[in-house]
Amino acid sequence: MIWAAVLAGSVGCYLLKLAGLSVPPRLLENKTVQRIAAALPVALLSALIVIQTFTTGHRLTLDARAGGLAAALIAVLLRAPFLVVVGAAAATAAIIRLLT
Amino acid sequence: MGNAPETEPTPNRSAIIRDAIGIGVATGAYALSFGAISVASGLSVLQTCVLSLLLFSGGSQFALVGVLGAGGSAVAAAGTAVLLGSRNALYGLRLAPLLKVRGLKRAGAAQLVIDESTAMAVGRDSERAARLGFWSTGLSVFILWNLGTLLGGFGAQALRNPEVLGLDAAAPAAFLALLASRMRTRQPWVIAVVAALVALVSVPFVPAGVPVLLAAAAATVLVLRARSGDDTASVRPDSVNAEAGK
Repeated sequence: MIWAAVLAGSVGCYLLKLAGLSVPPRLLENKTVQRIAAALPVALLSALIVIQTFTTGHRLTLDARAGGLAAALIAVLLRAPFLVVVGAAAATAAIIRLLT
Repeated sequence: MGNAPETEPTPNRSAIIRDAIGIGVATGAYALSFGAISVASGLSVLQTCVLSLLLFSGGSQFALVGVLGAGGSAVAAAGTAVLLGSRNALYGLRLAPLLKVRGLKRAGAAQLVIDESTAMAVGRDSERAARLGFWSTGLSVFILWNLGTLLGGFGAQALRNPEVLGLDAAAPAAFLALLASRMRTRQPWVIAVVAALVALVSVPFVPAGVPVLLAAAAATVLVLRARSGDDTASVRPDSVNAEAGK
């Protein structure tokens, strides 16, 4: 099942890249298409953040991951490099688990 | 690279290549965290490496392993990854007139169409500089991204319990860093908040992975309804490292 996701995701993403280089520009120059393409990453990333932080299975939960996200938010606001943001989140969650 | 300087050398040629390597190194470090998170989500090191080789788009890869790790189906995981990768098609449109590639070379170039290579190609003062920016950044990131993935994957495999290191909190942080560069105007905030609410509210009722797809659907509806509003929306490549590093 994991392989199916890996291969289907890879083929789909490659075809999108190839399509961009291949199709006549007019087809995707449509303003609405561009707006949707700009909105999709924002919606997906936002949804992924809250799902992976505040849920376990089908339940809403509040645990060490929330502390990790808060640390990441502070790092982002301080314009820290990417790895510092990720590292701050992991370290904070690990410390909270160690202490509780 | 296939862009040998037939005539006079581009003055900033070495500067472009230096930037390309710098971005590659930063992305390689980012790949360490992808490799580790992917293995912590239940993928094998081989599956993790195949993703970096074949899918080769950071955000989509994080999303795919995130949905799988949360117990989502293959369809939900691949669907989220492909939706997130849709911006690459728009990058391709911007790049096509600059790269002018055909046949096999186009097939190869397509795999390198990502945030970083696009950011380093568009906005150059000559087509040659654009092509050099694209190929040097694309190849540098491709090589170091795959190397980082391999190391990160093996590193996480050596751990018995990745949660002790807080790796499950690392993925949302990665998404937050990716999202931050897109939040400079009002509209993305509206979309982000609505998407988060839709996802959280639907979690108890639908299969794992589906809440994220519902959030994407909600965003599409929002865009279609707000169509007559401002027309400042534009598709802008945003390199994680260029953004986060400055």
